[in-house]
Amino acid sequence: MATASDVKALVITGFGLNCEKETAAAFQAAGASADPVHLNDLLDGHATLSSYQILAFIGGFSFGDHLGAGTVFANRIKYRMREQLEAFVKAGKLVIGICNGFQTITRLGLVPAVGGRLFEQQVALAQNAQGTFRDDWIMLKGNPASPCVFTKGIDLLPLPIRHGEGRFVPQDAAMLAELEAQNLICLRYADPESGEPATAFPANPNGSVNAIAGICDPTGRIFGLMPHPEAYLSPYNHPHWPRQKLNGVLPEAGLGQIIFRNAVTFAAANLA
Amino acid sequence: MLSPYRLELSVRPGETDPRGKHTLHQAREFLGLPVATVATRYVYSLFLDAAPAQAEEILAAFSNPVIQTGKVGVTLPPADVDWVVIIGFRPGVTDNVARSARSAIGDILGRPVREDEEIYAAVEYLIQGPQLTRGDCQRLAFGLLANELIETATILSRVEIAAHGIPVNRPVITDHTPPQVKTINLEVADAELERISRDGVLALTLQEMKVIQGYFREAAEERKARGLPAAPTDVELEVLAQTWSEHCKHKIFAAKIAYTDTTTGKTESIDNLFKTFIRRGTEEIGQRVDWLVSVFHDNAGVIKFNDKVHVVYKAETHNSPTALDPYGGAITGIVGVNRDPLGTGIGANLLLNVWGYCFGSPFTKPEDVPPGLFHPRRLRDQVHKGVIDGGNQSGIPYAVGWEYFDPRYLGKPLVYCGTVGTLPVTVNGQPSEKKSIKPGDLVVMCGGRIGKDGIHGATFSSEELHAGSPVQAVQIGDPITQKVMADFLLEARDLGLYRFITDNGAGGLSSSLGEMADHCGGVEVELAKAPLKYAGLQPWEIFISEAQERMSLAVQPEKIDAFLALAKRRNVEATVLGNFTDNGYLHLTFQGKTVAHIKLAFLHDGLPQLTLKATWTPPHFPEPELGKDFDCAKAVTDLLGRLNLCSNEFKARQYDHEVKGLSVVKPFIGANRNVTADATVTMIEPLSTEGVILAYGITPRYSDIDTYAMMTSAIDTAVRRTIAVGGRLGHIAGLDNFCWPDPVQGPKTPDGEYKCAQLVRANQALYDLCTAYNVPCVSGKDSMKNDSTKGGRKISIPPTVLFSTIAKMPDIRKAVTPDAKRYGDLVYVIGQTRNELGGSEFYSMLGAVGNRVPQVDPKLALAIYERVGQATDAELVHSLHTPAFGGLAAGFAKVAIGGNLGLDIDLKKVPVDGDFGPVERLFSESNSRFIATIAAENRERFEALLAGAPFACVGEVTLKRKLVLHHGDKLVAKVAVDDCLHAYTGTLAGI
Repeated sequence: MATASDVKALVITGFGLNCEKETAAAFQAAGASADPVHLNDLLDGHATLSSYQILAFIGGFSFGDHLGAGTVFANRIKYRMREQLEAFVKAGKLVIGICNGFQTITRLGLVPAVGGRLFEQQVALAQNAQGTFRDDWIMLKGNPASPCVFTKGIDLLPLPIRHGEGRFVPQDAAMLAELEAQNLICLRYADPESGEPATAFPANPNGSVNAIAGICDPTGRIFGLMPHPEAYLSPYNHPHWPRQKLNGVLPEAGLGQIIFRNAVTFAAANLA
Repeated sequence: MLSPYRLELSVRPGETDPRGKHTLHQAREFLGLPVATVATRYVYSLFLDAAPAQAEEILAAFSNPVIQTGKVGVTLPPADVDWVVIIGFRPGVTDNVARSARSAIGDILGRPVREDEEIYAAVEYLIQGPQLTRGDCQRLAFGLLANELIETATILSRVEIAAHGIPVNRPVITDHTPPQVKTINLEVADAELERISRDGVLALTLQEMKVIQGYFREAAEERKARGLPAAPTDVELEVLAQTWSEHCKHKIFAAKIAYTDTTTGKTESIDNLFKTFIRRGTEEIGQRVDWLVSVFHDNAGVIKFNDKVHVVYKAETHNSPTALDPYGGAITGIVGVNRDPLGTGIGANLLLNVWGYCFGSPFTKPEDVPPGLFHPRRLRDQVHKGVIDGGNQSGIPYAVGWEYFDPRYLGKPLVYCGTVGTLPVTVNGQPSEKKSIKPGDLVVMCGGRIGKDGIHGATFSSEELHAGSPVQAVQIGDPITQKVMADFLLEARDLGLYRFITDNGAGGLSSSLGEMADHCGGVEVELAKAPLKYAGLQPWEIFISEAQERMSLAVQPEKIDAFLALAKRRNVEATVLGNFTDNGYLHLTFQGKTVAHIKLAFLHDGLPQLTLKATWTPPHFPEPELGKDFDCAKAVTDLLGRLNLCSNEFKARQYDHEVKGLSVVKPFIGANRNVTADATVTMIEPLSTEGVILAYGITPRYSDIDTYAMMTSAIDTAVRRTIAVGGRLGHIAGLDNFCWPDPVQGPKTPDGEYKCAQLVRANQALYDLCTAYNVPCVSGKDSMKNDSTKGGRKISIPPTVLFSTIAKMPDIRKAVTPDAKRYGDLVYVIGQTRNELGGSEFYSMLGAVGNRVPQVDPKLALAIYERVGQATDAELVHSLHTPAFGGLAAGFAKVAIGGNLGLDIDLKKVPVDGDFGPVERLFSESNSRFIATIAAENRERFEALLAGAPFACVGEVTLKRKLVLHHGDKLVAKVAVDDCLHAYTGTLAGI
């Protein structure tokens, strides 16, 4: 069986994306190797997707969020490297989309891909209900019944959010029912005290329907979320770390690492 | 053949329209207009070589089917819409959305969109409001939605739309004046010389004009031999005006000043404030510390951090452009200062942003705002939005952000933006702070294109604001173009593809190439090669335009192919404009013909030194009287709600401070993350335990009494805030950013000598305290004419210095925050409280200034900082806070709010210097003090460490969530922590 060090992650960069360094660090902390690769290098053949097991669509402001977050970037991929991406996904490899990356993969139709309908947009991430960008820490609640590879074992997970367009909207009530029934909702914003799905601001920071913060496709191998696990790699990232330290509950590693560790472990066992 | 298409994107029925909602709210609350509903839609006007089916495909790709509906063509508004307001850009204004649309359309058509094909973006507001008049809509359009300077607003009534439909938005540039070069005869009378300078917005004095006249007289023969006219060309005169502008040459800081102190009767002569006080101080400190790498001569200061990287730091102001176009000015402020580290040494990676603004109160009555100026609330909204967009889209977190309010910033707001970068210690085996240019190296400009943006920005910012201020002095930053360029440049840096890099800021190519030419002794540039946004630019405009997102480089000829190839692969425009020489001249051609030929020695060193007079007479103000029934408890909550103390969290959280995953002590701290931190701590790279501490100090109101105290207080504030998060003395560097009212005596400035004396005193203070603290200034900037005469009312800012610090923190795991953490902990006050209410927020609240302004005792302060640093290093402190505005009263309140706990304090125990009561103890803003909480069991160790400094245990942390202040047996004030919280967060909640 392959080990974590055999796993290779590709982190797409360029055009205003900006989380490549910490996202690469996240995969490296999980034992994998990670290459930041400019989108143009994938388009013109300087790099190919097929040599990787994990693909990361990262956070940032691709094309300034003009025309709606993720729109122009998703469009470029759809028009210029759809086959390569489709082959990657059909091979059962892993895809994570974080923040702008999540917006991109919903515009592309990689998630939730209900009914296996890839490249069909089924959900959207609309402008936050309160109308502004917001940077804060929120609490997430995992879904133990979800097939999601990335969120295995997660119960409560605090992470930072920072976005202006994160309000999860399904295309209709039937779609929402499908997502719920198939447990494709793997992370929800939660009340930090009760752990229950958060309905009100600021625990639900953007007015997302059913407090949805992260979803996956039916295979559980494609995953998108608005919060930033790659910004909680160090225990000293947490806003309350001085209190946690004083009270003896400071974790050894930042809890955001779990998501990347899950991915790398799965890829080592199944894909490398 | 171009076909016109109109693409409409509307909110899908049933979905919310946040932009419409926000507009509705602002129109009602802010403008008081009878608006019932607002719906918005995006409209793209395309003039493309494309078939209708392709237009449909573009629409399908643009629209988000879950939340939007779209149409190619026009949807007439529903019958119940009373007005439609269409906001678009004026011709030639940077339209970032249209630029992204152009990229997207290229992907869809499978070919790049040609230059002759046009794309424009606009927003249409569909408004219901039966009582709304056209005048109301005009107020809505120009008071809220558009800036007349850069945007157009078309207002249509229901009847007009029914009769004529909706017009096509096509702000095409029609002015195609052919390029021409004029000569300007300087062999004229003095009055005519002055007119030439004034009418040409050259901002050159008569003395300077005469020096230029002399140069061209002397050069006549040589010019004739080269086939040049004796009289200078417009290009030459513009280059000189730009290079010699106050903004670029710092004429006031370089002046010879006769300084008289009327209290002593002595006069001294100061030859160059910058060299005498700022640079000298840094040079002296440089003899004592080993971590200064590059100071003053590059775009930003560089200091050592560790074996792998240096840190680079620079702060700038962008006041004048912001006063004209708050959004554009502010976004340009932040993305502009990002280019300073990027252009420092061989190019630094960008790590952190800082921002800080001085405004008039957002609650200013509209009738108190002189005509022609923005209301401070709208201005503030737009400035925040600009820096938020600029910083967030660049992927750079902010580490320090603040606001300061005073009515005297109504005329000119101050917009400070700064950036920290990291520079690898070596790049390709060479020290990264060094760069060179060799004759024969190619002049390369890369990034954005040149338009009329910001022409005369450098000269203009050296002028007061008046009604005729040029509209083209405005730029709009495009963070994405810059991010793409920065990513490319760092890649090229690591491949060794260039030899020298610097940014294009104020003065554009004239400034960057002028400075670069100095490195090797000359430059030759063909202006016609410069890529333009649109036709119609004159050669002089090409050279001094401040169009954004551009860097200038020197590329070795053998590397140029690789450089240009990589640029192409990264979709970055890069153009060879000429080459560097060693013949001693700045030589510009246009289509092969010489249009400027100036000796570099004259360009850089020909400017005559200014002479100024400064006279210091200390002012005296009445002391306020407190009534017998003075209510301390009310004063505590009133103070917390004042603009200069209260929380601006609503705005601040719209800035990203977590991107890069490095944040350790964040801008807001505490159990509920709602209290501002004294300083922030940031890891140097992911998962590192080493970090940087950023802090700042700014105390403009102390200038009313004495700028010496203003300056020392600002420096002390920044340094003690660094100590307060667990920093230590020894590795702290400073940045000084001076903003002054015009200090040159003249008919419009009858108190110029006093203002100049204020400038001298601030510089003296800077030298004195920086050298005492061993905090060298590694970079700085000045902005010297912050006055406005708009509406016939002169408004001058108070002398203002932002002092910013960056410090190395060897172990971020020892960082401390101000919030109380455990009940039962002991509360200490460390440092000396004096009767120093002069210039305080407390006095300001009483409508007074006073006279006893806070002083700094450097010896005492150093003793305190050393001991407090040892205590945090030994991890003895649970919380640590340093009071500033509002004194101990505000300090205690913040410690309590942050911890969501109470404090029980005996003010009588507070260490004091003098004999005074609880009011002075609570509200005096004495420098160099801390409030600490510690575990009771550590009392002995803690006190042993502090021995030798003034300190006292003054109380304890309690569970009952009340701030209880005694003075001996007497209860002074008892305030619920929730009341403190509400006062602190209420003032700017949602604003």
